[in-house]
Amino acid sequence: MTVYAAPGTPDAKVTFKPRYEHWIGGEWVKPVKGQYFEDISPVTGKPFAEVARGTAEDIDAALDAAHKAAPAWGKTSSTERAAVLNRIADVIDANLELLAVAETWDNGKPIREPLNADLPLASDHFRYFASAIRAQDGDHAELNGDMVSYQFHEPLGVVGQIIPWNFPILMAVWKLAPALAAGNTIVLKPAEQTPVSILVLIELIGDILPPGVVNIVNGFGVEAGKPLASSPRIRKIAFTGETSTGRLILQYASANLIPSTVELGGKSPNLFFSDVADRDDAFYDKAQEGFVLFAFNQGEVCTCPSRALIQKPIYDSFLGAGIERTKLAVQGNPLDTDTQVGAQASNDQLEKILSYIDIGKQEGAKLLLGGERVDLGGDLTDGYYVQPTIFEGNNKMRIFQEEIFGPVVAVTSFDDYDDGIAIANDTLYGLGAGVWSRNGNVAYRAGRDIQAGRVWVNNYHAYPAGAAFGGYKSSGIGRENNKLALEHYQQTKNLLVSYSEDKLGFF
Amino acid sequence: MIEASVVIPGETLPRIAATAETVDLLRKLWGNNGPLMFHQSGGCCDGSSPMCYPDGDFITSDNDIRLGVLDISPDGEPQPIDFWMSREQFEYWSHTFLTIDVVKGRGSGFSLEAPEGVRFMIRSRLMETATPFE
Repeated sequence: MTVYAAPGTPDAKVTFKPRYEHWIGGEWVKPVKGQYFEDISPVTGKPFAEVARGTAEDIDAALDAAHKAAPAWGKTSSTERAAVLNRIADVIDANLELLAVAETWDNGKPIREPLNADLPLASDHFRYFASAIRAQDGDHAELNGDMVSYQFHEPLGVVGQIIPWNFPILMAVWKLAPALAAGNTIVLKPAEQTPVSILVLIELIGDILPPGVVNIVNGFGVEAGKPLASSPRIRKIAFTGETSTGRLILQYASANLIPSTVELGGKSPNLFFSDVADRDDAFYDKAQEGFVLFAFNQGEVCTCPSRALIQKPIYDSFLGAGIERTKLAVQGNPLDTDTQVGAQASNDQLEKILSYIDIGKQEGAKLLLGGERVDLGGDLTDGYYVQPTIFEGNNKMRIFQEEIFGPVVAVTSFDDYDDGIAIANDTLYGLGAGVWSRNGNVAYRAGRDIQAGRVWVNNYHAYPAGAAFGGYKSSGIGRENNKLALEHYQQTKNLLVSYSEDKLGFF
Repeated sequence: MIEASVVIPGETLPRIAATAETVDLLRKLWGNNGPLMFHQSGGCCDGSSPMCYPDGDFITSDNDIRLGVLDISPDGEPQPIDFWMSREQFEYWSHTFLTIDVVKGRGSGFSLEAPEGVRFMIRSRLMETATPFE
């Protein structure tokens, strides 16, 4: 058990600057309007830094820098670009604890997660796309003796990216890595709840990238995000977040005739078939953990397994064990490596979660565990902590249909395979799902029948680079984490070359 | 606290209300931005919460439904604010009455109140006509 020192205290791995500017053209640039906003740590509920409050003027400056850097970066060979990405990965690995403390302080997540998941996944992401771009070939076709078609992947140019606050560094990397690999320059707008940890990273890697290749403008969505997404100076806008904003992003993209990929969230079902309980063995233990994974990252994951569907014959025993297992989850100081459940990312998130717990009760769902805000006392007393919560009800209730984005699971039973699949698919969303069964045929068929872009079979919450990730239905458009993502950041140039000396004979 | 008008054909009860704090904030935002609208967002992150936009900024379609109109004007010239939701989402919400409240907060997609350091949210109760789930 290690408790990391809070930032700015003796022995702390990271000390934040009191004020962070924008990162534009390879240097720190003050906001044109000279305004700043506070970044509040969810660990303590207290502000810890001031951050530049970007506006359209800053977005334009960032776009200027990105446009200036774009031709050279776009013409850099994939070999050189891959080398840059690999150097960035090395820097992340070399600064793991520093970045982990920064991430925990900005987001509230327990430090075991950035140390073991977020940051190793981030560095690996850069390495994956470094390899993918090296391995990407073009096409050619000999159309006839005189005509050859050559197809090249070219960068789009300057792209805009707007990212959420639930995995601040990793969500930035999921977008940056493929875009950079593909030869684009970027203006990134982090979430206003977590604007600093990405800046701590850019401070470490800023000199590896040519100036202007990555530019970061912080600020509020309406003041900085909207000018970026609606700018006619970007060739693509990428977004991860909620559905109404996703629709606006697509609206702006359509007005500018640019492509957009949007990842919009889910209400992911976790299906436990009765054969899971055939034996009380390591696999049953794993399935039990799978149930409790609704509490991972405080439930602030677009793929949170927030609906547990348990087959009737094992419902009471599996759920009973799941409740006991959830009680063992350790909630506490996010800087303690033993902590498993940390703070929600902001006050309004906490309030929203509590309001959903309330509507759950009003709708007649049965509260089986938790349901209350938690006061951890001491320095943590104003932090945003809520108990892991388990409800039992039916799939038509709002707590079964809406993304609560907290450590709350809604549990119901199903009869047979068809019933399980029907309930699993009775949702507006289709981002993630989990299927647990010892029977490979059942597991496979269920995985194919569930309308979701990512189905975890006999596991959950794994996000390795190389496994394509994205939504069906109202969960969005596009795929990340796989070489497919390169295509979202490239356009095809067809060179149609004639080797004939003779005219056509038309004019 | 003010209640929205009834706009869904065939209905007789309002579906939306706004607390006094919400109304004050909306008057301020109207002053800065002109006429406003709400769209209830689904989904992750800042979703499952109402988004407040300049009226017309968010293009609604036949796939959205207007739940009510809030008139926030203290007197004289009306200041109507439409509250919208996607139809597919409304299917799951139609048994609940929605009160728009405001809490301290940090984030909200492109919703107008974010720079004020607050966030709109919905507090729900069952509609009088709803059949409770058994």
